[in-house]
Amino acid sequence: MSERRVVVTGIGAVTPLGVGARISYDRWLAGESGLEDGEGRADDFDPTDFLSKKDARRTDRFAQVTIAAAKEALEQTGFEDDEDPPVNPERVGCIIATGIGGILTLEKNANLLRDKGPKGVSALAVPMLMPNAAAGNLAMRYGLLGPSHSVASACAAGADAIGTAMRLIQAGDADMVVAGGAEAALGSLAQAAFDNMHAISPSGISRPFDARRDGFIMGEGAGVLVLEEAESAAARDAEVLGEMLGFGASSDAHHITAPDPSGDGATRAIKRALEDAGMTPEDLDYVNAHGTSTQLNDRSETEALMRALGDRAEQLPVSSTKSVIGHMLGAAGAVEAILTLIALKERMAPPTVGWEERDEGMDLDYVPEARPLEDVNGDSAVAISNGFGFGGHNAVLCLRA
Amino acid sequence: MAEETVSEDAVFEKIADAIAEIGPEREDVKKEATLESLDVDSLDLVEVGQVIEEEYGVELKGEDVEKLKTVGDVVDLVVKRAS
Repeated sequence: MSERRVVVTGIGAVTPLGVGARISYDRWLAGESGLEDGEGRADDFDPTDFLSKKDARRTDRFAQVTIAAAKEALEQTGFEDDEDPPVNPERVGCIIATGIGGILTLEKNANLLRDKGPKGVSALAVPMLMPNAAAGNLAMRYGLLGPSHSVASACAAGADAIGTAMRLIQAGDADMVVAGGAEAALGSLAQAAFDNMHAISPSGISRPFDARRDGFIMGEGAGVLVLEEAESAAARDAEVLGEMLGFGASSDAHHITAPDPSGDGATRAIKRALEDAGMTPEDLDYVNAHGTSTQLNDRSETEALMRALGDRAEQLPVSSTKSVIGHMLGAAGAVEAILTLIALKERMAPPTVGWEERDEGMDLDYVPEARPLEDVNGDSAVAISNGFGFGGHNAVLCLRA
Repeated sequence: MAEETVSEDAVFEKIADAIAEIGPEREDVKKEATLESLDVDSLDLVEVGQVIEEEYGVELKGEDVEKLKTVGDVVDLVVKRAS
């Protein structure tokens, strides 16, 4: 373990359940779903609430939701528009993941190219669609002068961004990192592509781990956390919402989209996250699963949890946020880490909404109804949050609150 | 493409509308206003240029753009080229 501990001093989210981390958590806990007509649209988000007309016009939706989520997180940690930043901005990094980047801008400009020729393509297309546009816009908006980039590991990206941010702080490259993930891919191009690979649920229902699951539902939005070196947070009396204890990442090196059915890569990532955190399976109180609602993921993830956690796996509540917000791709890991932190703080296991039918060989406790966490050790609760992506990327976070 | 002389007022109205689309209030877009004061940068100006080219067949090139300081400069250039 590193001597520089990493705590969380701000969280913010835009999800299909609402604009705000707390409202998203409260609605999930109440078993409400943000999914409608086979998609999870962040309907309550209005870019003009957060951006000037000019800025809204120059940013793709994936950057816009990032700015909204970051505003919530940064205000919580003490950034105000008209005041000096609470820490030296040269020591503040900004790592925002995305699965795809500005695909809505890409699609629109491809259509302009077809309909109007090369001169019809917007000069703003590249700065809007590039995957690092969210990180760049955010750093510019708040004057964050430390290391900044995007992380692209598909649906593991949100968790990878947080893990990368932890390492920047532990290594001493930054004292604070604004980290998270964003996705806004609810357009005909991404929908058709995922449909044609049979990844999207034909029934239009996200029911992770249920025997009847038939694919994921795409969601959109962003999750942003402010990670800070523990002594920096203590020195300025910042409210600490939780701690990032460990990060484990691995590759399946198996297939470009299908997870390794043995769950070997995911198992190694889970074990590594626990080892990095200095924790054992017995220390865990909750598992926030990747749980996409696809046949393959949910089975191999169950396998990985059983292999990595042994007997402890069947005693733990394991739930999937994707049952209510769908799959937010590159934002998923960040939003799920945020909601996991709140759940730990509240000592609650939020539900896998809609889970009813047990699938053969999948015998974990998938939490069909929300319930309090049991027998929490000491004065804090500990969880892992899993993120797995196309490309065979596995990223697991170990958190405490 | 304009066969006859294009009216300066009409060009101004068209360009001012295009600039207002980018962000500034329409009433602030006056001929003497600088592009900088309206927060119109080179990327925005390309977008305005696309409207101009579609409407008047005038292409704003790199060396032209560097010389443009005010809204009136843009209007003058278009009127000159389109006539």
